Amino acid sequence: MIGVAARRSLSAIPVLLIVSLISFGLMRLIPGDPAAAIAGVAATPAQIEQLRRDLGLDQPFHMQLLEYYGGLARGDLGRSLLLGKGVFAATMERLPVTIGLSLYALVFTLLIGIASGIVAALRQNSIIDQAAMMFAMIGISVPNFFLGLLMIILFAVHLGWLPSGGYVPFSQDPAGWLASTTMPAFSLALLQAGLLARITRSSMLEVLRQDYIRTARAKGLPQRQVILKHALANALIPIVTVVGIIVSLLLSGAVVTEALFSLPGMGQLLTQAVLSRDYPMVQGGLLLVTTFLVLVNITVDVLYALLDPRVRYE
Amino acid sequence: MNLLEVRGLTTAFMTGRGEVNAIEEVSFSLKEGEILGIVGESGSGKSVTALTIMGLLPQPPARVAAGEVVFNSQRLTGLSDRQMQAIRGPGISMIFQEPMTSLNPVFSIGDQIMETIAAHERLSQSDLRKRAIGMLDKVGIPSAARRLDDYPHQMSGGQRQRVMIAMALACQPKLLIADEPTTALDVTIQAQILDLLMDLRDEFGMAIMIITHNMGVIAETADRVLVMYAGRVIEEAPVASVFDRPLHPYTRGLLECVPSLIEDRPRLVAIPGTLPEPARRPPGCRFGPRCRHAQPACSEAIPTLEALEPAHTAACFRARELALP
Amino acid sequence: MSEAADAEGIAYKREHPARAALRRLFHHRLFVTGLILFGIIAGIAAAAPWIAGVDPQRLSMRNKFLPPGETWLFGTDNFGRSLWSRVVWGAQLSMVIGASVVALNAVFGTLIGAAAGYFRRLDNALMRVNDALMAFPAILLAIAVTSVLGPSTLNVILALSIVYIPRTARIVRSSVIVLREMEYVQAAVAAGAGHWRILRHHILPNAMAPMIVQLSFLFAYAVLSEATLSFLGVGAVPPTPTWGNIMAEGRDFMREAPWIITIPGVALMITVMGLNLLGDGLRDVLDPRLRIQQ
Ligand SMILES: Nc1ncnc2c1ncn2[C@@H]1O[C@H](COP(=O)(O)OP(=O)(O)OP(=O)(O)O)[C@@H](O)[C@H]1O
Ligand code: SF4
Ligand SMILES: [Mg+2]
Repeated sequence: MIGVAARRSLSAIPVLLIVSLISFGLMRLIPGDPAAAIAGVAATPAQIEQLRRDLGLDQPFHMQLLEYYGGLARGDLGRSLLLGKGVFAATMERLPVTIGLSLYALVFTLLIGIASGIVAALRQNSIIDQAAMMFAMIGISVPNFFLGLLMIILFAVHLGWLPSGGYVPFSQDPAGWLASTTMPAFSLALLQAGLLARITRSSMLEVLRQDYIRTARAKGLPQRQVILKHALANALIPIVTVVGIIVSLLLSGAVVTEALFSLPGMGQLLTQAVLSRDYPMVQGGLLLVTTFLVLVNITVDVLYALLDPRVRYE
Repeated sequence: MNLLEVRGLTTAFMTGRGEVNAIEEVSFSLKEGEILGIVGESGSGKSVTALTIMGLLPQPPARVAAGEVVFNSQRLTGLSDRQMQAIRGPGISMIFQEPMTSLNPVFSIGDQIMETIAAHERLSQSDLRKRAIGMLDKVGIPSAARRLDDYPHQMSGGQRQRVMIAMALACQPKLLIADEPTTALDVTIQAQILDLLMDLRDEFGMAIMIITHNMGVIAETADRVLVMYAGRVIEEAPVASVFDRPLHPYTRGLLECVPSLIEDRPRLVAIPGTLPEPARRPPGCRFGPRCRHAQPACSEAIPTLEALEPAHTAACFRARELALP
Repeated sequence: MSEAADAEGIAYKREHPARAALRRLFHHRLFVTGLILFGIIAGIAAAAPWIAGVDPQRLSMRNKFLPPGETWLFGTDNFGRSLWSRVVWGAQLSMVIGASVVALNAVFGTLIGAAAGYFRRLDNALMRVNDALMAFPAILLAIAVTSVLGPSTLNVILALSIVYIPRTARIVRSSVIVLREMEYVQAAVAAGAGHWRILRHHILPNAMAPMIVQLSFLFAYAVLSEATLSFLGVGAVPPTPTWGNIMAEGRDFMREAPWIITIPGVALMITVMGLNLLGDGLRDVLDPRLRIQQ
């Protein structure tokens, strides 16, 4: 198992190296003069020159690259032009909001997705199955911002049950946090829940056909144990492999959800950075988020090994 | 008093073309400690018979259309799945053809044996462990205590089948159904597994229903044999009389192609033609289109089992006349 | 069981495999539903110049916030623009962007995937870059790329292609790797067939099924992502009528004019659902092995 973790971490190194190169390259790909583009139309030539020097864009390319990796080695991801502080510090301030939102959405995803997938598989082709799959199809087809808007119209504007936006930190007021994040988390979760329901159903159907399920029943095990132990343990294996994809989708979705519900998270930070051409922030933030995602995927692979002895003992 | 009574059992499957009977009017019985062999070509309904007795066929599409199964004076057909759970394990247990896929890959073999016992008896964790080690010992797994925490993929096919047997016998069932327990194994391993089953029958005294393609396996293990063709029982007799004097033309064909006692190949192919699918069975005698002795009358009615000798029955209109020397 | 397989040996009526696949597709209930849903939107998009009516940009402050009705089928927005016209033109833009992304994916995904899968020496380098591009959260990368290139329809197409081509390439590569080891391909190699010939005649035609399935889902993702980008304000520049733009503008008037949001939202949903159903149907018919994958 340590072997799996080590092997996966090693194979993540080239990926992260290329990810960092792409992030680095982005700002340099701005058509024309990047410094002028960043400074905006109202900037004077002197201001543009100043910015060029600040960003190191006046240096030869290889020096820029050296500087960049030197910075990364020191844990310095550059400075946000808009906020006037380090990219890392700015990210760390916003990250808890996004992580809280994503975890909450992940809970919805897993509960709704796995439960409805199992029930659908157990009642294959029944009304329940068809309803669950219809629901999943809607889940993967409704854009999360549209669902969010509909929920705002219904629950905030008409019923007034929940606030339409704004954020209350969990540490300040857990109930307030719940109120401010329930709609965002639910609208964010539905896509992944639909996806997971479909995957769980087909994985479960596949497993229920296996010989060892018949063996478990032939031994006189209670139905509950056959399903929840023997079938689920095997059905979860392919499900775990998509958790990485699900987290990636959650982070993507969070960008929009945060913008929609005015939650001060990573997504909002990056959208603002993009809209105000704060490229150092975009570059550093993208690198950080992606690194986080790569770490999640390593964890998923280790989890996979934990679930499947055939991989664990490889 | 028979341990198992199967009377007129008919199991139907719902298919795309309507309901078809996989097995029809299957009747037989089994005494305590007896070994009954069931032979027949692939698709003749052996597994469906076994799975119907166990109540393991998914319903739907399967349905017991007629007949009954009585085990230990209890009528099994008609019991709920929950009631059947109490029978499976301590009453009847089953081992399957594919040892490679019949064990759950993600749990240790110890866990899988122990949960079987735990489902039927209240025992402490350490007693469960002791029983599991004892069972592995009995089926001939060396250093059983150490292997308890192994996973199925760490064992060979023969060892897995031994584990399956240990699991099936863990609750000391009165009847063990072995559905082609050796088909997937190497020839030498096949003999070992059969010997093991014989030894365990002597030790535990359970009855065994052994399903096979192979007349050699029947000769070596069974007391009595049931021959199935196209979902029906076509001959039943003590093993010795079947080998001496097979009465049904189909059984005779089977015996002509027994290559050796253990060798499984060639399987029952010496009879020209193929077994009809359940939906395409011919009228009258199901074996008619492949039968050397068929006459026009054979396709007019389905022959029923008839005793031609004490304890030896066959379902063929011409059995008596053909049996005459 | 096909009805052709008959025990009595009645002669087979051989059907061309493509025909058989088509016949099964048109018996697939979900596929047909998807085709109808998608067909409606695609038809509206194609007919936009004739059915949109007034200019989608024409302001008419006298007529603002009119609810859907007889004169204004879908009502009007805060500038009194015809929502019907804007949604219809938005459909066209969605279709153009989706189809372009799909076309670019078909070409470059196949090229990269086939190169990586067929030429072992290229595999490592290509797939590391592929993995890196796939490691970014999709929307975030798309946002970053459009922000660098500048917001425009063309750049949205480029950004979404950069995001999705690695995913398509990966699928093509897996099928190519499997096919490369097939006996008939090995036989062609042994017979001295050139790489290009082997790829064109033996490998790529058989790698098409999973790719076609992927492309129909990709169309859905592309339409969805485009709407997301323009909703966030980094897609095509307003007042270009895209569904995302219309919904973003409608946000401030949710209470008084909810139709500004709901109508393009439903249109978006119909499109994406239609494509997902199409993809499911294609997958069921063309490639049942793919069922577990997303
Ligand atoms: N789930 C099912 N649905 C429809 N028909 C079935 C099903 N299971 C079995 N059958 C039919 O029942 C008949 C008997 O099958 P069965 O598995 O009992 O044969 P068998 O004698 O055990 O053969 P084998 O030696 O191959 O194991 C077959 O013709 C098969 O078509
Ligand atoms: S009844 Fe007729 S067809 Fe059937 S086995 Fe006997 S002789 Fe052959
Ligand atoms: Mg069988």
